[in-house]
Amino acid sequence: MLGLSVFQRSHVLKARSLLSAVSVRAAHGHEIVKSEDLSMPMYCDRRDTPLPDIPYVRKLNTEQTALKEKEKGSWKNLTNEEKIALYRIAFHQSYHDMTQSSNEWKTVLGGAFLFIGFTGLIVWWQKAFVYPPRPHTLTEEWKEKQARRMLDMQINPVEGFASKWDYEKNEWKK
Amino acid sequence: MSSAVIAKPVMQGLLAKRLRFHLAVAFTLAFAAAGTFKFVVGDSRKKAYADFYKKYDSMKAFEAMRDAGIFESVKPKK
Repeated sequence: MLGLSVFQRSHVLKARSLLSAVSVRAAHGHEIVKSEDLSMPMYCDRRDTPLPDIPYVRKLNTEQTALKEKEKGSWKNLTNEEKIALYRIAFHQSYHDMTQSSNEWKTVLGGAFLFIGFTGLIVWWQKAFVYPPRPHTLTEEWKEKQARRMLDMQINPVEGFASKWDYEKNEWKK
Repeated sequence: MSSAVIAKPVMQGLLAKRLRFHLAVAFTLAFAAAGTFKFVVGDSRKKAYADFYKKYDSMKAFEAMRDAGIFESVKPKK
C-alpha cells in the first residue's frame, strides 16, 4: 500500500519542473522570470546594489517605446506620471517597496517557540523515563559532609572557600 | 537646487585619519584597562596573600587538620 502511493507521487513529480530556479522563485512569490539563461545579466532588487545590470522591463510595448523616444529629448517636457512610468520600466521595486517591513518575525518567533516547547516535552520525558537515579554524592547530607571536609583541609584559605569560614566561631563569616 | 559651488570633499587619506584617531583611543583604553586591573585585582590580591602569611602558623594549621582526621599517614591525637 505504501509503495503504491510512493509510485503515484513520483509520477506527479516527473510532470513538474522539479526544483528549478524558476519554480523555486515562483514558490517564494517572486516574479516569474521568462528565461533561465544565467550567463546573461540579471535584474535584482538589492539594497546594497542600487543600479541593476539591466532594466526591469525588457520588451517594451508601444506606449513604452514612445515614452522612451520622448525621453531622448529634454526631460523638462516629461510629466510626473511619465517620469514615474520610466522609473517603473527601469526598476521593479523602489527602495521603499524593498524595505517594507513584514510580519514575518512573528511567524519566525512563533515557530521557534513551538519547537522549543516541543523540546521541553522531550526533556521532561527524558527526566521521567530515561535518566538513572541521581548520584548519592549529590544528597544534602553528603554535600554537608563534603563541605566540612573541605574546610578541614583549608581549601583556598586566602581568598577562596575556607577564607569565608570563621574557624573560631565555627560558622560562616558574616 | 542652489547654484553655489560647494567645497570639494576630502578624497584621500580617510583610512589613515580614522586609524590615527582610533589607534590613540585603543592604546589609551588598553592601558587604562590594564592599569585598573592591576590596582583593583592584582594589588589587593597580593595584599591578601601577604596578610594571610604574616599571621600563619603552619604547624598549628597542620595540627588542626590532623585532629580533623583528613590525613591517612597521621592519625588524630586523642
